[in-house]
Amino acid sequence: MQTSQPLKPPVVESYDELLGPGETYSSVTARISDIVLYPLLKTPWGWIGGFIAAGLLLMLYLYSLATLFTVGIGIWGINIPIAWGFDIINFVWWIGIGHAGTLISAVLLLFRQDWRTSINRAAEAMTIFAVACAGIYPLIHTGRPWLDYWFLPYPSTMGMWPQFRSPLEWDVFAISTYATVSVLFWFIGLIPDLATLRDRSQHPIPKIFYGLLSLGWRGAAKHWQRYEKASLILAGLSTPLVLSVHSIISFDFAVAQLPGWHVTVFPPYFVAGAVYCGFAMVIVLMIPIRHWFGLHSLITLRHFDVMSKVMLASGLIVTYGYFGEIFYSWYSGSIYEYFLIVNRIAGPWAWSYWALILFNVLIPQVLWFKRYRTNLPVLFFVSLCINVGMWFERWVIIVLSLTRDFLPTSWGVYTPTFYDWATYIGSFGLFFILFFLFIRLLPMVAIFEVRDLVHKTAHKAHDNEDHGHAGA
Amino acid sequence: MFKRKSNAAEAASTAPATYGMMAEFNGTDEIIAAAESVRAAGYTLVEAYTHIPVHGLDDALGHKPTRLPWLVLAGGITGATGLFGFMTWVNLVDYPMNIGGRPLFSWPAFVPITFEGMVLFSALAAVFGLILVCGFPMPYHPVFNAPGFERASVNGFFLCIEAKDPQYNAANASSLLTKLGATAVHEFSE
Repeated sequence: MQTSQPLKPPVVESYDELLGPGETYSSVTARISDIVLYPLLKTPWGWIGGFIAAGLLLMLYLYSLATLFTVGIGIWGINIPIAWGFDIINFVWWIGIGHAGTLISAVLLLFRQDWRTSINRAAEAMTIFAVACAGIYPLIHTGRPWLDYWFLPYPSTMGMWPQFRSPLEWDVFAISTYATVSVLFWFIGLIPDLATLRDRSQHPIPKIFYGLLSLGWRGAAKHWQRYEKASLILAGLSTPLVLSVHSIISFDFAVAQLPGWHVTVFPPYFVAGAVYCGFAMVIVLMIPIRHWFGLHSLITLRHFDVMSKVMLASGLIVTYGYFGEIFYSWYSGSIYEYFLIVNRIAGPWAWSYWALILFNVLIPQVLWFKRYRTNLPVLFFVSLCINVGMWFERWVIIVLSLTRDFLPTSWGVYTPTFYDWATYIGSFGLFFILFFLFIRLLPMVAIFEVRDLVHKTAHKAHDNEDHGHAGA
Repeated sequence: MFKRKSNAAEAASTAPATYGMMAEFNGTDEIIAAAESVRAAGYTLVEAYTHIPVHGLDDALGHKPTRLPWLVLAGGITGATGLFGFMTWVNLVDYPMNIGGRPLFSWPAFVPITFEGMVLFSALAAVFGLILVCGFPMPYHPVFNAPGFERASVNGFFLCIEAKDPQYNAANASSLLTKLGATAVHEFSE
């Protein structure tokens, strides 16, 4: 893919800066927008290959969904008492991945962290696509997805309303609000860049396409003033929103009476886990993208260093949660809580608990060292491990608690089937096909924010000099 | 006399009217200084077009702070009170269910949905309020006719004095903008 790119900048690895040397307003604009405005027929083969591979996975997904709709959820391994299996594990896993994008775009905006600039657009796209993947699971898990509109409060002829006291109904509002606000925030962030694409495109079709999407943005000072205010407000709204969404998801468990679920620590524990897994996914996506599209001067090693630190910090919170679970199972004096931990550590599924400890607690400890935080192959491997580990965390929480709860007579066995795996692996098809379309059609780095960073960097570096040099 | 006037009116109706004078500047400090000077010279219909948000430019141009936050506040109050009231009405009036004698007005259980409703309506108010107050969508605007204006979304800093300004006079506006350090000054039409 790299060879066929119009712009192939020299690879300059920068450890301490957020921008490569010598970047100007024009150079960053060209570097990012040329990836999108590249002629359709000269689309890089790597992109086409990736798109086809994602399409095949999507076919697998559609096949498994079609079978599910025609046959029913009996094709999955779920049963009574294990009524929540892969569907809910994958739901929580995907939505957790999404949270990192909101964290990067909203929370770091409020904290004025400049390093979010070149990664926030792609991370927000990841959020939206991950939420799309996540949202499908609870919908199909109902078994009769054509009746899912029953979740919504509408004046029905049945004369009934949804149960507003149930965390499952809270989920409906939390996820739909989260999806809506994420899409709106993303679109607002795109408007000035869409105007850039409109003004830079030579061909009339992209010009009209981006012209319509940009709503007629012309960069007026009055518009910028309102725009920045709206962005700040949306960031301020998204920050408590992202915390509330994963807290509400944790209530799905914490409100139930099951051993291992009925604990007050779940909301912060779940949010930290979501951030942990989400940052790992951002790193897994950004390392190849940066390589393929030659974005070394925009996404520098400093970015990976900082993201690794966030990952390490949230990983330590999650680790604290694991120790906390062991402690309060003993301290509670409840034999059921105590048995749950014994069952996790030494029961028939003990290997999954130890896999979780290995992937989430032990391997990520290498992130203490800067040498590994800036070593991209190592970082890629560690991030993949965290993604797998966080999947195992949801597996351990959901399946292990459900298989062996209070009475041994009501214990059960859960074995995932082919369709469980197909619905999980296939959802990557949906995610990646959306992601490939995104990197082809929209600027994957927020161009105007990087230009702003160029401006800030120039002013910082040459405070006493004439300021006109940053323009080109 | 009459004839000449009608000719001029005819010419005005066929040829597009002048929209204003567009000047390009080098950087953020230059355009803020220029905006201040142009305002000090008495012009009122002045607007800047930049590729990045320039802090202090709205003050220099005399733009009032936006009222958008009030719209968002109204949206948030509507969402929160609307959903809380709705859930209360459903559980107390329209569909009361006695489950083991538990209270019908169990307001703590309504908090999560109330919160989500507040966030949703605030966000909708912020986004659609922004689009509304900016007058979007507006695919065409006269400033797009200014020569070189495509750089306003890439690396340009532009300042425009509208011809509707009571003080507007092409020669004076042009010389003032040039004196203020504009790299290019063009009069353009609607």
